[in-house]
Amino acid sequence: MSSSPIGQPVTRIDGKLKVTGRATYAVEHAIPNFVYGVAVSSTIGSGRIKTISTAEAEKMPGVLAILHHGNIEKLYHPAGALEETSRPGESRPPFEDDIIYYYGQYVALVVAETFEQAQDAAAHVRVEYAAKKPIVRLDDAEQPPKIERHEKDDNGFDEADITYTRGTADDAYEQAEVKLDATYVTPIETHNPMEMHGTVAVWNGNKITLYESTQGVVNHRNVATQVLGLPAESVEVISPFIGSGFGSKLFPWPHSWMAAIAARKVKRPVKVSVPRQLMFTCVGHRPTCEQHIRLGASKDGKLTAFMNDVRQSRSFIDEYTEDCVDPTSMLYSCPNVAAVQWPMKMNTGNPTPMRGPGRVPALFGIESAMDEMAEKLGIDPVQFRLLNYAEKDESDGKAWSSKHLRDAYQEGAKRFGWEQRNPKVGSMRKGEEILGWGMATMTWPAHQRDAEVRVRFLADGTVRASCATQDIGTGTYTVFAEVVADKTGIPVQKIDVKLGDSALPPGPTSGGSSATTTVIPAIVQATEKAMAAVVKAAAKTPGSPFEKADLKTLKFSQGRVHRANDEASSGIPFEQILQKAKLAGLDGHAKTNTTEDQKKYSTHSFGAHFCEVSYDPEIVRLRVTRWLAVVDGGRMINLKTARNQIQGAVTMGIGMGLLEETVYDTRTGHPINNNYADYLVSVNTDVPPVEVVFLDYPDKIMNEYGARGIGEIGLSGCASAIASAAYHATGVRVRELPIRMEKLMKG
Amino acid sequence: MQTFHYKKSTNVEGAVASGGPHASFIAGGTTLVDLMKLNVMRPAMLVDINALPLDKIERTPDGGLRIGAMVRNSDLAHDATVEKEFPVLSQALLSGASPQLRNMATTGGNLLQRTRCYYFRDTAYACNKRAPGSGCAAMDGYNRIHAILGTSEHCIATHPSDMAVAMMALEAVVHIRGAKGERAVPLNEFYRLPGNTPQIENVLEPGDLITHVTIPALPEGARSHYLKRRDRASYEFALASAAVITQVQGRNLQHVRVALGGVGTMPWRSKEAEQALDGKPANEESFREAAEVALRGAKPLHDNAFKVELAKRTLVRALKVATQAA
Repeated sequence: MSSSPIGQPVTRIDGKLKVTGRATYAVEHAIPNFVYGVAVSSTIGSGRIKTISTAEAEKMPGVLAILHHGNIEKLYHPAGALEETSRPGESRPPFEDDIIYYYGQYVALVVAETFEQAQDAAAHVRVEYAAKKPIVRLDDAEQPPKIERHEKDDNGFDEADITYTRGTADDAYEQAEVKLDATYVTPIETHNPMEMHGTVAVWNGNKITLYESTQGVVNHRNVATQVLGLPAESVEVISPFIGSGFGSKLFPWPHSWMAAIAARKVKRPVKVSVPRQLMFTCVGHRPTCEQHIRLGASKDGKLTAFMNDVRQSRSFIDEYTEDCVDPTSMLYSCPNVAAVQWPMKMNTGNPTPMRGPGRVPALFGIESAMDEMAEKLGIDPVQFRLLNYAEKDESDGKAWSSKHLRDAYQEGAKRFGWEQRNPKVGSMRKGEEILGWGMATMTWPAHQRDAEVRVRFLADGTVRASCATQDIGTGTYTVFAEVVADKTGIPVQKIDVKLGDSALPPGPTSGGSSATTTVIPAIVQATEKAMAAVVKAAAKTPGSPFEKADLKTLKFSQGRVHRANDEASSGIPFEQILQKAKLAGLDGHAKTNTTEDQKKYSTHSFGAHFCEVSYDPEIVRLRVTRWLAVVDGGRMINLKTARNQIQGAVTMGIGMGLLEETVYDTRTGHPINNNYADYLVSVNTDVPPVEVVFLDYPDKIMNEYGARGIGEIGLSGCASAIASAAYHATGVRVRELPIRMEKLMKG
Repeated sequence: MQTFHYKKSTNVEGAVASGGPHASFIAGGTTLVDLMKLNVMRPAMLVDINALPLDKIERTPDGGLRIGAMVRNSDLAHDATVEKEFPVLSQALLSGASPQLRNMATTGGNLLQRTRCYYFRDTAYACNKRAPGSGCAAMDGYNRIHAILGTSEHCIATHPSDMAVAMMALEAVVHIRGAKGERAVPLNEFYRLPGNTPQIENVLEPGDLITHVTIPALPEGARSHYLKRRDRASYEFALASAAVITQVQGRNLQHVRVALGGVGTMPWRSKEAEQALDGKPANEESFREAAEVALRGAKPLHDNAFKVELAKRTLVRALKVATQAA
């Protein structure tokens, strides 16, 4: 009797391929006869190309072509928000004109036989610019004259209402017994997945195959058809393994189209790999976000007014807003709320979702403000949150599908020993060092989108599950195998999962922590249909022991068809039935989307972070020394990959709190720390053991397993928990991330 | 990267003969290859010295050490004598880079490590060190990581090495083989301040090869310590660091050696701080006084003013640790 793998710490089925180097990533696809494309990128942040001279470079050895705005073939604009099926990272096709919107923008592509030749020739393309002073700080950007109502875009990544109000926040704030007025800033951060973006473009007649590192093969295919002007069936996007994306690979970027047009021009496959430096300019970033927060509360700790006035950077090319308003409106119970968000145009390229867009920057502000207000009121920070607990989603009045945040606070406080916290700043010590304890709420919405899945039982005893979604390193391959194994009783090892190819049944983008919840119902239904087909075959096949049996008396379990009243072990393995019926295999196919039930509820995950910092004031050394994350994320499908997601998010959160910031030279608009040595993220020594507790309340509104996504929630709240702990230790409240030593010294 | 010629040397004489103004010796390559890819260093010829027999750590007759130029950073850091008798050197080495880089980087190469200044590393910017006379983009740029000591109006780049800071305190001597024969230069006289020629970082002439470094024995009972401050806990250049060596005689300090890293245009020996501490009691007051003296000439810039106080505190702490009772 095999037990279900659901909720167990199952090892990734693709893990061995990855650690042995046999997983093939995008630019590792060795296509015969391919050549290299190396980009020339802008060294100004704003202005115009005056001249571009390629004569010298063209004569260099191995050079096949140099593409730029003066000589390229026509590319189309993606439809973007005009339709629902596609979204680009940047709508401007490469080399469209001579305008420079941001530093690092592609201005030419050199195609050559070898990488070295292409690099060398790219260094010999001479570009003359007419430069203007770039805008790379919010304070230099122009405030829009009025708020334009944002068009809602139904693909779920861009649901920002730019304004929200309930009650009369201004009046309530004026009359509040206790007030807090503070401004919080999160800088531009850059995703920096380990695997850089890249494309291998291969034409076959009028059809193109793009080997790409993408979080959405279907979306990438759809945008490619628009940009290249091709029918959908002429484009195939293949992305079997992804060295993570953190959001930067959600939507296609111009390098993909550069590879495609270059390959058409030189009539050979072209490989373009985005170098690390251009990962800071050409594939998105988290926009900088400044939140002016005003809180009003009664003396006994009830929130009476919650106002958040947000300025957020965007580019001059595309509108992009990530939602800081929504968390302001739903996280706490408060009768009077007003939030507004101003998009500010800067010469920093297009921002794009980065793990926890909107909520992650928003919660730095909101949760820091809650901590400051708690202190003003003389109320414990956990208690203050419980006093203002939202029993329903007050932003729209809907009931929560499943919310156990109260348990998260209480369980977390108990495990962390929170009652031993002395609220007095600098009062807790360990040896020579001062300890600081901080906590914060976490939140992330749960979504289910459309998915189609095919499950096929094969005569060789294996099962194949396929879907045009992809595994960006989070464990999606393993989730598929676990669900099929759970339904069929066939061990995970015998389930072959095929993802990462746009030719498969359309599946979801890996973003918004929604892939798992989206695919589960489709996998379940497809598996059940395939099982039913096998049972039918058992009853219809001449010579089968179940020939002519009433289907209702038969059952599929433990990989076998058997009589419902008998043990599974008495049955016949499915492959024998297929063999007997002379079938190669039998399919189940299912398509699912959001249910009506889900629309009636507000579906969110919640949780609480608790952390300890240790501070050595003499040498201004602040280190995170303890971490506990309690997550109310529904039921976990795979405990191992789930824990990994939260621990990874906290690792990133420590970086966000203490280290991460893309620094722009204000004269050129150049992100000057554009490499792994100068752009600081956490290293192992910065991260203490991260204890993760899952409350494990299934959310049956979401799906039959009660699972919600957990890819992003772990990062929300991290930086404010650290900032609050840092304040508790040092007495310095850092409201502008990252918490660098010079800020602690000033305080 | 520009095309270059490559030649492997198996003996010191051959290597020196192959050197010259357009050639670079390549050992671990941890700085050179990186900068060649960025078109910042463009040697026409690489002379590979990895096969030279310069990889020994030996005891000198006076009880000091003779360290071959090709000794890898990790081997030097984990050498039993270095760990026991010169902990400041081991600590400095292990605080630098990552294990992978330390396995490649060599003693000679590390002394010649190039700066991490953003503007030096990017050919789109003016840089007097890279392109003499073009100007200094760091001066009015983002200069949080830049130097506050030994700067000039032409250059504010820091010397990035941790090892060299410890060796400065250890009064290391650099042994050089060149066209005119052998010579020995105290490390304290090896580096040059940027002045108006920041492209010249040391006394090496074209073709000169560092063959080894010697460090004298420390007096009986001397203690040493290296402390490095940076944003994250590993794999980052120093914002400020201090290498200290001292002996406590009774209650008072003697044989004090002080060098600072992360704040100077070269590894920064502070004889002023040493003099201030000589014969003084080992207490916070003396340490703070020495730190004030060491940073007296500091010239903070727009983004790195905090380094002045940080360097003082780092030095004070390093002295405290070094003088704590065993």
